[in-house]
Amino acid sequence: MIRRLKSLGSQFGSVLATLFGLSVVTFMIGRVMPVDPVIAAVGDNASQEVVAKARAAMGLDEPLIVQYWHYLTQVLHGDFGQSVLTHNEVASDIAHYFPATMELATYALIIATVIGVPLGIWAAVRQDSLTDQIIRVICLAGHSVPVFVLALLALIIFYAGLGIAPGPGRQGIIYQDMITPVTGFLTIDCLYAGDWDAFRDAVAHLVLPVSILSYFSLAYITRMTRAFMLDALRGEFIVAARAKGLSARKVVLNHAFPTIAVQLLTVLALTYAGLLEGAVVTETVFAWPGLGLYLTKALMNGDMNPVVGCTLLIGLIYVALNLLADILYRVFDPRVS
Amino acid sequence: MLTTFRTWALDDTPTSRRQAAWGRRYRIWLALRRNPLAMIGLAIVIFFGGLAILAPLLAPWDPAAQDLAHRLARPSAAHWLGTDELGRDILSRILYGGRVTLGMVISIVIVVAPVGLVVGCVAGYFGGWIDTVLMRVTDVFLSFPRLILALALVAALHPGVQSAIVAIALTAWPPYARIARAETLTVRSSDFIAACRLAGASPRRVVFRHIMPLCVPSVIVRVTLDMSSIIITAASLGFLGMGAQPPSPEWGAMLAIAKRFMLQEWWVALSPAMAILLVSLAFNFLGDGLRDVLDPKQN
Repeated sequence: MIRRLKSLGSQFGSVLATLFGLSVVTFMIGRVMPVDPVIAAVGDNASQEVVAKARAAMGLDEPLIVQYWHYLTQVLHGDFGQSVLTHNEVASDIAHYFPATMELATYALIIATVIGVPLGIWAAVRQDSLTDQIIRVICLAGHSVPVFVLALLALIIFYAGLGIAPGPGRQGIIYQDMITPVTGFLTIDCLYAGDWDAFRDAVAHLVLPVSILSYFSLAYITRMTRAFMLDALRGEFIVAARAKGLSARKVVLNHAFPTIAVQLLTVLALTYAGLLEGAVVTETVFAWPGLGLYLTKALMNGDMNPVVGCTLLIGLIYVALNLLADILYRVFDPRVS
Repeated sequence: MLTTFRTWALDDTPTSRRQAAWGRRYRIWLALRRNPLAMIGLAIVIFFGGLAILAPLLAPWDPAAQDLAHRLARPSAAHWLGTDELGRDILSRILYGGRVTLGMVISIVIVVAPVGLVVGCVAGYFGGWIDTVLMRVTDVFLSFPRLILALALVAALHPGVQSAIVAIALTAWPPYARIARAETLTVRSSDFIAACRLAGASPRRVVFRHIMPLCVPSVIVRVTLDMSSIIITAASLGFLGMGAQPPSPEWGAMLAIAKRFMLQEWWVALSPAMAILLVSLAFNFLGDGLRDVLDPKQN
């Protein structure tokens, strides 16, 4: 018991340390800017006096450590400052854009799991057969294709060529702003409003970006499932199950699969975090109004507060999902002590 | 010549350290040669490497020469892959773009692999607070998605090839440190290390001469597998306008511009897309094969 508490304590400590590091790195990124934020705020022609005043008002004349302290207290209060460009609060901007990204990533994860896990099991059961080789190539291709290349190809083929997919964006123009956001997930909001045409439109817009994102993570999920399954199938309990005369299907699904389920859950948690990264690039190609588009726009304009805010948020989600994966492992896997 | 090398390298009782080392390398090569995917990967990597190195000799046109009369021309005998929006020859730009991409990748790996190796070995060998501190730092950098951190860093520095190299290098070293540390932990308490220490070897000598060489193979595998992810990150930065800047013929930057007319003039986008895809696929094939050969866990 004490050992357990101790290990929990050290884990808590390590998460705290990581969070501290996260805040330091984002702080540094925000301070080393290509454009002086003071000049950006008051303009090139401002007099020395005005510049000095603005610098003091922004707290940039204080020592670095004091500035860091201000930054930390602000962030802990959920305040990421304002966008220099639009003067919107970064926090409310993020709250506005983030659900669109979540919607993309969530559907992608669901599809990748539903296809990837069976594919991985199949590859493991048929190890070294032609099936295994084909699945292996599919997965390696998924690792090797940059998301934006796939996205561009998909737009060329399905939108420009065949004309069966809707164009970029999240909604057709006629449905724009017709649905009041409740959850921020457009599909769910449409259903909530009972608007079936808008729902169909939203789903149609989701198909391409979600397929591309899910292929990206499917590669990883399949690969890991295959590795875990191969490991599990080597166990003696599998030999025993086979010796008892169970069918191959029962051996794999009822005996081998439960032992890898927890490992898979942790993989899924990490995949979800990785999807956020893929979403950034996908969104720029599909003009998807999510966090990625917001981030790249801010990057183009050297608008550092949104950049820092988004980086921090994504870093936080990463840490949280890693922690979740770890906890899942400890709680559900009796082999980990 | 080859047969004498073969018998010399495969000798079961090597007489010198060099002979043993070459014997090991030759056996790895023999094992790798049996893996068709790895061989395809190696061939493509060598092919593209050769194209990039020989670009000035091979390129039919100056990659920067504009010819507005023939802009966005379809592939033809004069321009095998067509021309882009300024009438520049796409084939020549792809060849020169290979230099940018491979140059970036090589400089990143040269910086990252040794740093990760040293950090991991030192953390693993000394343990205690050194280990804790180094691994915490590693964790912080691992807790960002690579592309996001690279984007933020490049934005903070200044978009361009150098900042992209710095940014990707900063995000790429932690996995190497992790691997090197894990390897170090497995050999740290072995007898031959104890023997070294008893013979009076300094910690520095133990780490650099005896532990680090043992970590090199797994780091090499990781580097090969990482190549494609580094290429993709570099291309993504270029694509998002944060990496190599136009008119540089970097493949990602080329794609970013080609995106504008891809619905009609699709061949402008196709060539750089295929180049990125082929090279990163090749590195993945090669890395996968190398891992099968070098990873002791698989055997």
